Amino acid sequence: MVIECRHVWDYISDYIDDSLAPETRELVQRHLEHCEICSAILDSSRNIIVLSADDRVFEVPLGFSERLHARLSEEIGRAPAESFRDAD
Amino acid sequence: MNAELPVRDEARMIASILAGDGEQYHELIRPYERSVYKMALSFMKNDSDAEDVAQEAFLKAFRKLADFRGQAKFSTWLISITLNEARGRLRRQAIVRTESLDESPEEGGHISPALLRDWREVPSEALERQELRQMLQDAIANLSPIYREVLLLRDVEECSIEETANALAITAGTVKVRLHRARMMMQKELAPKLKNAGPRRRWFQWS
Repeated sequence: MVIECRHVWDYISDYIDDSLAPETRELVQRHLEHCEICSAILDSSRNIIVLSADDRVFEVPLGFSERLHARLSEEIGRAPAESFRDAD
Repeated sequence: MNAELPVRDEARMIASILAGDGEQYHELIRPYERSVYKMALSFMKNDSDAEDVAQEAFLKAFRKLADFRGQAKFSTWLISITLNEARGRLRRQAIVRTESLDESPEEGGHISPALLRDWREVPSEALERQELRQMLQDAIANLSPIYREVLLLRDVEECSIEETANALAITAGTVKVRLHRARMMMQKELAPKLKNAGPRRRWFQWS
């Protein structure tokens, strides 16, 4: 059985996560071996996922942590957590 | 989300916070500061709102700590509080007029990826360039919320399908469908731009 590019695209994400059924994976694999367009889609998708996970993409502003903990200290000093149960 | 130290006993920390040792909360949340901020930033789209949302989320989590049941991981619970805080803030700001958070432009239609003949790997070092970081941030921020949430949890925070489903209160199947669409939208948006962003090759054509 042979599948078309369009169908392969539907499987890209599950292929990357290795969550396809073995038969489907095999079909996709075989298609990828000879289709340079689908291979490029797979490689670029994977590459983008790796880049997205990189810690450098989202920078935390300078002093963020200090300001956060200062604010938490005020709150913590005020009362133990339990007494705030119904705050929301 | 990745805790720095796998040996941290969060259940015990939470128990002692609830028993009155509030100071421990500082330690409990330390590994998650970045994740919560990132999540807030991709919703709020500017630093100061993101910082507000992140602070509020940590405060709320502290106040509601007694409600944490330990059936999910603390990090997952914290993320869902952050999401609620960000959604609530957006509603109040009425930014939602153009992208409703409630109606989901769900699972309709087919997303065609960007077609390329070959792909030259963009190495992580390329992220030293602000321009490239911005490109990725924008692409994530421009996804509609239902896709952005799933992509952030799975591909940015690297949560499992189950953790993602838990944090968003959706099924694992829905996570997969949305994730697929989110990834395809990212590829469609970014692949053509990144194609030229790889290692700098300065082969000027002197004519």
